[in-house]
Amino acid sequence: MRIACPWCGPRPLSEFTYGGDAAKTRPKAPEAAGLETWMDYVYLRKNPAGRHREYWHHGSGCRCWLIVTRDTVTHEIEHVALAAPQMREGKK
Amino acid sequence: MRYSAVSLIRNAFTGHRRWPRVWREPEPKPAYDVVIIGGGGHGLATAHYLARNHGVTNVAVLEKSYLGNGNVGRNTTIVRSNYLCPDNIAFNEHSLKLWEGLSGDLNYNVMLSQRGVLVTFHTPAQRDAAIRRGNSMRLNGVDAVLLGREEVRKLVPIIDFSPSARFPILGGLLQPRGGSVRHDAVAWGYARSADARGVDIIQNCEVTGIKTGKGRVRAVETNRGSIRAKKVAIIVAGHSTLVAGMAGLRLPIESHVLQSFVTEPVKPVLDTVVSFGAAHFAVVQSDKGGLVFNGSLDGYNSYAQRGNMEALEDVAAAAASFMPCFSRLRLLRHWGGINDMTMDGSPIITKTPVKGLYFNGGWCYGGFKGTPASGWTMAHLIANDAPHELASGFTLSRFETGLVINENGAGPCPGRH
Ligand SMILES: Cc1cc2nc3c(=O)[nH]c(=O)nc-3n(C[C@H](O)[C@H](O)[C@H](O)COP(=O)(O)OP(=O)(O)OC[C@H]3O[C@@H](n4cnc5c(N)ncnc54)[C@H](O)[C@@H]3O)c2cc1C
Ligand SMILES: [Zn+2]
Repeated sequence: MRIACPWCGPRPLSEFTYGGDAAKTRPKAPEAAGLETWMDYVYLRKNPAGRHREYWHHGSGCRCWLIVTRDTVTHEIEHVALAAPQMREGKK
Repeated sequence: MRYSAVSLIRNAFTGHRRWPRVWREPEPKPAYDVVIIGGGGHGLATAHYLARNHGVTNVAVLEKSYLGNGNVGRNTTIVRSNYLCPDNIAFNEHSLKLWEGLSGDLNYNVMLSQRGVLVTFHTPAQRDAAIRRGNSMRLNGVDAVLLGREEVRKLVPIIDFSPSARFPILGGLLQPRGGSVRHDAVAWGYARSADARGVDIIQNCEVTGIKTGKGRVRAVETNRGSIRAKKVAIIVAGHSTLVAGMAGLRLPIESHVLQSFVTEPVKPVLDTVVSFGAAHFAVVQSDKGGLVFNGSLDGYNSYAQRGNMEALEDVAAAAASFMPCFSRLRLLRHWGGINDMTMDGSPIITKTPVKGLYFNGGWCYGGFKGTPASGWTMAHLIANDAPHELASGFTLSRFETGLVINENGAGPCPGRH
């Protein structure tokens, strides 16, 4: 598998670290969030067979966090974007 | 038919062409007392112990592919009980005891070879950890022996003991009763025994839906029609979240690929199962002479049941560094299996919020060794609608209560356990 980093271009997998499901968002009001909300955030995963939006860290390159849209059955990569703008806007 | 020396001799006279089929190939009935989804090691073991221990025989095992196509036929065949957390030690030790009597119990040779499982250590900190683990095992009645450098050298001389070794060997923790089991024979032996007791084993039957009503499980939908059931057990390893999702359950599980590799056959060079303490690498020599390797998970969500080059490079590098004499061997094959990795690295054997629906999964990449105890405790759970004491910690609720069973202390990162 190769990931086309928006800064660095197509790079081998060994340069990246996996960061898991990007659909998970940290509870907005951490203090007020109940046990169930935290349980969901920390532990429960959709784990789909197919399209998956996930974090990857380009540790041996630009050191940016990316959001990669990838098929978990074929490993085909549909889309790669920098994570920061989306995270700043608080989008899922 | 019972296998014995007499049956072997009798069949020799007919050129071994008249052995009866090992299990029937029945059409699915419209209804069963228990339907088991998944004909892997754990599903088949559950069927065997349901019949053997609890007299429950109106049972079907539904397998979407052929028996042995899942992880039961893809693993590295290593069995051991060298765990640290009490729940895992007790469970896997019970499993090892069942392995020790399994060929007799099933009347099928599963070729258990208790050649010992050695894990090497390379730093003083790792030695401390090995001592702690060994003590924990011994306190729980499991065999464990701490070996120094020279003892490891005597046991496995092909390890790199030269002064230039990248990771010098300080010693190792040995479990003498650990070893290896012929994995296909486990699937076939359990299937044959369950079949002989009346269980229907139905291959090429994929479950596509689970029907519930009034909080109870009612039936499963399959590509061969609907099958009613009083109780349904989900035992599908890497596909846990998909099948549990059919009943609306959400799980603390991700699917990850683990790969294995086998070299060309060579004369016996290694009579111990050895795990490299400095990187994720284990090796066992098969009876045919091939060296079977495994490494670490690919580390990202995947349902691709196949190998790839990145892991190959890692494993080859670890093999050449640990046992340099392997460096010129050719690899014959490599393959991958999908493991259901839980958030704490330990399995789940439990009732679900749906009455009559049971779940067994989250075996991660170490569930082969647990196969007999998993079937044993799962059968108990289904028959009595109450957990077996050996599996009572393997709940789903542990993630809510915080009583996780985390051997490595890796936190909720399934790819890191
Ligand atoms: C490469 C590799 C090496 C390993 N090495 C070891 C080792 O050395 N020691 C060890 O202890 N463990 C090892 N493991 C882990 C071990 O193999 C698994 O934890 C264990 O086999 C999982 O249980 P199982 O046998 O029931 O799984 P499987 O054999 O995978 O059984 C699950 C079955 O469910 C079926 N299924 C899925 N979905 C459906 C559906 N919708 N309808 C019907 N059927 C369905 C599948 O086809 C499959 O046959 C290894 C795993 C891998 C992949
Ligand atoms: Zn980059």
